[in-house]
Amino acid sequence: MLQGVSVSLGPNELVHISGPNGTGKTTLLRVVTGLLRPEQGSVTWHGQSIVRDRLEYQRAMAYAAHEPALKGDLTAVENLRFSVGLKRRAPLKELQSALEVTGVGACADLPARVLSAGQRRRVSLARVLAMRATLWLLDEPYANLDAAGSDLVSRLLQSHVLAGGLALVVAHRDLTLDCAVRRLELQS
Amino acid sequence: MSVGAWEAFLLVLQRELRLSFRRPDQLLQPLVFFLIVTTLFPLGLSVQLSLLRDMAPAVLWVAALLSSLLSLDSLFKNDADDGTLEQLALSGQGLTVVVVAKTLAHWLVSGLALVLVSPIVGTALGIPTAAFATMLLSLGLGTLTLSWLGAIGAGLTIGVRRGNVLLSLIVLPLAMPLLIFGAGATDRAIAGSSAAGAVYFLAALCVLTCTLAPFAAAAALRITLE
Amino acid sequence: MWTWFYKLASPPYVYDVAARLIPWLFGVAALTIGYGLIDGLGIAPPDYQQGEAFRMIYVHVPAAILSVTIYTLMAVASAVALIWRIKVGHAVAAASAPIGASFTLMTLVTGSLWGKPMWGTYWAWDPRLTSELILLFLYAGVMSLRAAFEDPARGDRAAALLSVVGVVNVPIVHFSVVWWNSLHQGSTIVTLEGPKMPGSMLWPLLSMWLGFMLFYGAVLCIRVQGEVLNRERQSAWVREAVRS
Repeated sequence: MLQGVSVSLGPNELVHISGPNGTGKTTLLRVVTGLLRPEQGSVTWHGQSIVRDRLEYQRAMAYAAHEPALKGDLTAVENLRFSVGLKRRAPLKELQSALEVTGVGACADLPARVLSAGQRRRVSLARVLAMRATLWLLDEPYANLDAAGSDLVSRLLQSHVLAGGLALVVAHRDLTLDCAVRRLELQS
Repeated sequence: MSVGAWEAFLLVLQRELRLSFRRPDQLLQPLVFFLIVTTLFPLGLSVQLSLLRDMAPAVLWVAALLSSLLSLDSLFKNDADDGTLEQLALSGQGLTVVVVAKTLAHWLVSGLALVLVSPIVGTALGIPTAAFATMLLSLGLGTLTLSWLGAIGAGLTIGVRRGNVLLSLIVLPLAMPLLIFGAGATDRAIAGSSAAGAVYFLAALCVLTCTLAPFAAAAALRITLE
Repeated sequence: MWTWFYKLASPPYVYDVAARLIPWLFGVAALTIGYGLIDGLGIAPPDYQQGEAFRMIYVHVPAAILSVTIYTLMAVASAVALIWRIKVGHAVAAASAPIGASFTLMTLVTGSLWGKPMWGTYWAWDPRLTSELILLFLYAGVMSLRAAFEDPARGDRAAALLSVVGVVNVPIVHFSVVWWNSLHQGSTIVTLEGPKMPGSMLWPLLSMWLGFMLFYGAVLCIRVQGEVLNRERQSAWVREAVRS
């Protein structure tokens, strides 16, 4: 049960949500996405409650859950096409290059079920990139990634924030980034 | 540059159909179940076509109901299990469009398949070809309505243990009027009298469900996702 | 007036109101049911066509009316809970469901017992009884769905949605069953409607109906108290109430 949490952020800002297991980090993130409705309190975007224009808010955000959320029977590029394609018209080449940026360009035409956990995480990152959203909501983006992968995530976060984006990141580990990081520590 | 509702609908429809056809065994299973169930009745009753003909509409409909229920369980479950349902809920298109596309795709590969196979089964049960038009029309409308009712039920029972049993328990009472009008229509067609009244009621039920069910199913999904 | 509605959304207030209503509801219910039974079962003249058997009407018809009324009330409470997020609505719906199912069962049993002298058989797929049977299935679905969830709040909401969907279905089911039954017009000329009602027969019936409604209200209050206590067991006012 989350109580007494208040956070706000603007462009060029990143908030790192941390805390021991079970303190509600994922729950907090899901409340921000709008999937969960808080019993008390509200989430506002541009000063307006997200309940008001839910779809507009969703178009401005990209959510990466703890699970990579890919259809095993679809290829990596098809997965991207069917999820990003609902938010914006992205040509196939753009989806392909997003996969290359995250290092899984070679897996583009492989069904997602044959990919390793790390590769799937990279595909879900590519999805976040391709959505071109202002607000990134990432739940444990470093999970299942090796050192190179973790560097990649940090680089992507940095460039997103420095370019004017906002990010809420749930992570167990410390974030060492070249941009301003505020920390929200949840306690039980 | 944002994606309109129609475009989104087509995209989700394409996704669903592509996923279904990549697992052809799962497409065929409900169909085979349908054929097996309809075979059970002649085995349990008699060989005489004249006797079977009386039961034929009922047998056809009960079998169609049961086999549709089998495939309905997975309508949302797969997406819920791998997390893609959340992505769809946050896609900026609203769950209602997604639900309409998924349900329609489901009907195309299950309900419609049953309708296309029904002449074969109908002949095996002694239904005269003169009654086929009514049979096909009523089964088509009925399975479509059932897909919608099932979408509501499936949305409600996603996270539940042995949800498929609960799904049947929820959907079958709601589907009883369908059975009454659908089997009744085919019955009258076999007897040679006009089935128009029953077919109109069936069509009315179908329209009512098609209009209201998407919102109910989307609401059910939101409840599950919370 | 709106402040009263607003207060009704508060669980402790509902708990208190329920506590105060229970004795009154039971009292008046006992009186009306008592009068209805004595007059209907003993004093009112027997029907010339059906004889003494028609007296079943004094239990069967009010039970049938209640079974549908309670489902509707359950659906309304559910809708209120879903739309305005008033949790007391869920408590009322959860409390009502078993009561409504019991009345439905009572309708079926009394209808079946009435059927034996009327049709010679305990069950003849009469339209009203068949509708009641389907209604029983609808109740069963709502109750099973609520119980199937580990998170009770989610179970409440799912069951609430199902009852709203079901309530739309109740008239459809009834109509389709009547249509279905008319196709197979058997020898059931005598229906479970009972004879035309002169005053001496009507008053006990109305009294029974009113009595059943009040009984439902009383039992509902008790059950709502239980539901509210259970749902709010984490909060301070419950600990106070239990202590006192």
